[in-house]
Amino acid sequence: MRSRVVPILATLAGAGLIGLLIYGVSAKSSNRTLDEQVAHGRAPVAPDATRELPLLTGHGQAALASFRGKVVVLNFWASWCVPCQTEAPLLERAQQRLLAHRATVLGVTYLDASPDSRAFARRFHITYPNVRDTTGDFAHAYGTDQLPESFILDRAGRVRALSRGEIDQAFLNRASALAGST
Amino acid sequence: MLSALALCCSVNGSAAASTGRVSLPVIERQVMCVTCKIPLNVAQSPQADRERAFIQSLIDKGLSERQIKRTLVAQYGPTVLALPSAHGFDLAAYLVPLAVLLVLLAILALLLARWRRRGAEPAPASSQDELSQTDAARLAADLARFD
Repeated sequence: MRSRVVPILATLAGAGLIGLLIYGVSAKSSNRTLDEQVAHGRAPVAPDATRELPLLTGHGQAALASFRGKVVVLNFWASWCVPCQTEAPLLERAQQRLLAHRATVLGVTYLDASPDSRAFARRFHITYPNVRDTTGDFAHAYGTDQLPESFILDRAGRVRALSRGEIDQAFLNRASALAGST
Repeated sequence: MLSALALCCSVNGSAAASTGRVSLPVIERQVMCVTCKIPLNVAQSPQADRERAFIQSLIDKGLSERQIKRTLVAQYGPTVLALPSAHGFDLAAYLVPLAVLLVLLAILALLLARWRRRGAEPAPASSQDELSQTDAARLAADLARFD
């Protein structure tokens, strides 16, 4: 019996380590559930919508749920992200059009210091609301691990389209069309 | 190893805090470049330079090491810290080495006990080791010749 103790202990320890490794990899890897559902024509509910995030202006908080009833272009960005600089003017122009149709762009800064984000917003004359994801949990819920990434949400708070990477005018036109048709 | 590293860093940190001297290199060693995903003290990128400038501005304001790290976490999130947090899955980074060490010690203790038991057992008497009376007499005679 005693001769079996060492192999049993070693096996248990090895199995534990392998289990931990599998759990760690699956927990830390990017969540692509939204991509799959949207690709199959479904409109999943936008995750983590009730999470209160601080406004970039520094005054107050806002949750995505508070934009329910509006079409929302949810845009994850950071001041250090070069493609974000390219799409910022596009998003601001889109905001001017979307406002007329009960729709808005909502920016979410991620891995960015607020003074840098505010300087970026001033530089590109951004007027749409922006919140800060200070823990990265909100971005993680959307499977965001690179910037920029954007999501179009309908008035019921469901994801209708997404773009992992820099958006173009065609993507924003989809938001305008959704806002104009609903 | 991570536990030892954490202890080492905390000792360094507390030493710096106790003397009231917080310098950029001390903080740089303990935080990450959030875009390059490597420690800030070896990172060379525009974002790394921005982070350094931000840290320097906090040092210039007279913030302590702990306050600076708290501010960095509030700005960039917990991933800015080089050491894993002691919450959730990250806790495994501290517990797993400890658990592995305990298992190894347990295995070593078992093996040592087994070896000790084996050493304490009397060796079986072998008839080959004993000399017969004839051989003993011949050996005594041989030895007597050399005296």
